Amino acid sequence: MSIEVLSPGPLTTVQDRGRTGWRHLGVGVAGALDDDAHVLANLLVGNPPDAATLEITLAGPRLRFTQAALVAVCGADIELRCDGAALSTARPIALPAGAVLGIGGCRRGTRAYLAVAGGVDVAPVLGSRSTDLRGGFGGLDGRPLRAGDVIPVGLSDRPEVDAPQVALWWIDDAHDAPVDGCIRVLSGADATPPVDALFQSPWRVATQSDRQGLRLEGARIVVSDAGERISAPVTPGTVQLPPDGQPIVLLADAQTHGGYPRIGHVIRADLPRLAQLRPGDAVRFAPCAPVEAHTALRARRQALARLALMIETQTRIGL
Amino acid sequence: MDWRIGRLGDAALLLEFDGGIDAATNARVHIVANAVAARRAAWIDELVPAYASIAIHLDDAALDGHADPLGDAERRLHALLQELAASPAERAPRCVEIPVHYGGEHGPDLQRVADNAGLTVEEAVARHAAGDYTVAMLGFAPGFPYLLGLDPRLSTPRLETPRTRVPAGSVAIGGAQTGLYPHAGPGGWNLIGRTDLVLFDARRDPPTLLMPGDRVRFVAVGGA
Repeated sequence: MSIEVLSPGPLTTVQDRGRTGWRHLGVGVAGALDDDAHVLANLLVGNPPDAATLEITLAGPRLRFTQAALVAVCGADIELRCDGAALSTARPIALPAGAVLGIGGCRRGTRAYLAVAGGVDVAPVLGSRSTDLRGGFGGLDGRPLRAGDVIPVGLSDRPEVDAPQVALWWIDDAHDAPVDGCIRVLSGADATPPVDALFQSPWRVATQSDRQGLRLEGARIVVSDAGERISAPVTPGTVQLPPDGQPIVLLADAQTHGGYPRIGHVIRADLPRLAQLRPGDAVRFAPCAPVEAHTALRARRQALARLALMIETQTRIGL
Repeated sequence: MDWRIGRLGDAALLLEFDGGIDAATNARVHIVANAVAARRAAWIDELVPAYASIAIHLDDAALDGHADPLGDAERRLHALLQELAASPAERAPRCVEIPVHYGGEHGPDLQRVADNAGLTVEEAVARHAAGDYTVAMLGFAPGFPYLLGLDPRLSTPRLETPRTRVPAGSVAIGGAQTGLYPHAGPGGWNLIGRTDLVLFDARRDPPTLLMPGDRVRFVAVGGA
């Protein structure tokens, strides 16, 4: 079973839950930026949470499935078409052999995850199938999809269907967020800048944002000692302040060390929400205490566990 | 005590030492990182050394039952460091020799480095190859070593306009630092030579030629 890439979309990569254990050698984590959506898409097709999916950015690829397949798309609200019919996200879809899935633009959000039963079966590199774009390894030869690629899929026996069959049930894959919609930030290791400056006004997501970092535009933060520090560890979520006073929130493709002041850290529970921001979006930050960060992470895991249970029950009943 | 335990977000602790970019501080970093790693504590997932600090990424599952997992990890780390302080570890780092073709097409900025130092090209090469270097940390890109130990005289400002493509294996000087580019890509350091050794290969285990704390010597081959 494999998937033929007819057109790749602007940036589609193979991702799983990331590559840990190698940061001391300069190898970043990579992995799905919206881990919640990645996990839910996998669960909807009966995969384990860490099976590899395709991460789609802003607009999707056109894909041909060589055999009958079970797929699901979660995360951004994105246009799906097959044989002229519009299909819905956040539910299992059975596709016949030879089906062409056309994935259009994101109506809301930025990143969608396409899971296929059996999982994207590229060879793991350093324990993960995630694409490390900067290192040029993992996924499909360490690069985004190209037209003509053939993506291997793990074994999955699917009964043949005549036409796409869409489940009549779906899950709510929207992220939980605090009432004020703010992204919550813990204080950073280098708290010398007026850290409140981050919280006083809204920021706009800059077009230069990518998987390595979400770049923000807004009222310049001026610090007393803006110079570079001794290079020190950073991690996904770290908020860096370069000399231009415009913060960068590091995402999954974060480098392992950085020299800019670290003025805060986005809590883990809110990282998936960052992944869905698109250039031009406004975003606000709010200070957060460690206990609140932990509570939010637990709440998110519990919500995922409830969805997992619901999916399991529904799947037993059938499409 | 000359160390502090802080937090790097909500998934890691940050152990910071007094000191800056110097060999003594960095040697402590590697002694402590190796000693902690040797304990194989189930609650530690990854240890990431830097010049004067170590990130300690926590294992979620091992700390799952705790109301305040990071606070609990802080206490455990504190106790561990006290234990280690009571029995100071010695360290015998590996020494890795790296053969380098200095100058010519491999080192287009060697003349610039020599001119900046007021040395002949031969003298600049001799000084670079005579250095006793330590891998302070690997970062910036997979397998990129930040080396301590550059002769201060060879310190050379970065290029005003970075090159769009530096060949893999290039040996370079950027300010007071020297290092090697594991991958072809953009770079603003002065290129003085190149090695044929592969610094990073994701299919190898470990994937990098150099490990944090290794000693490094450059050996000139094939004439400058």
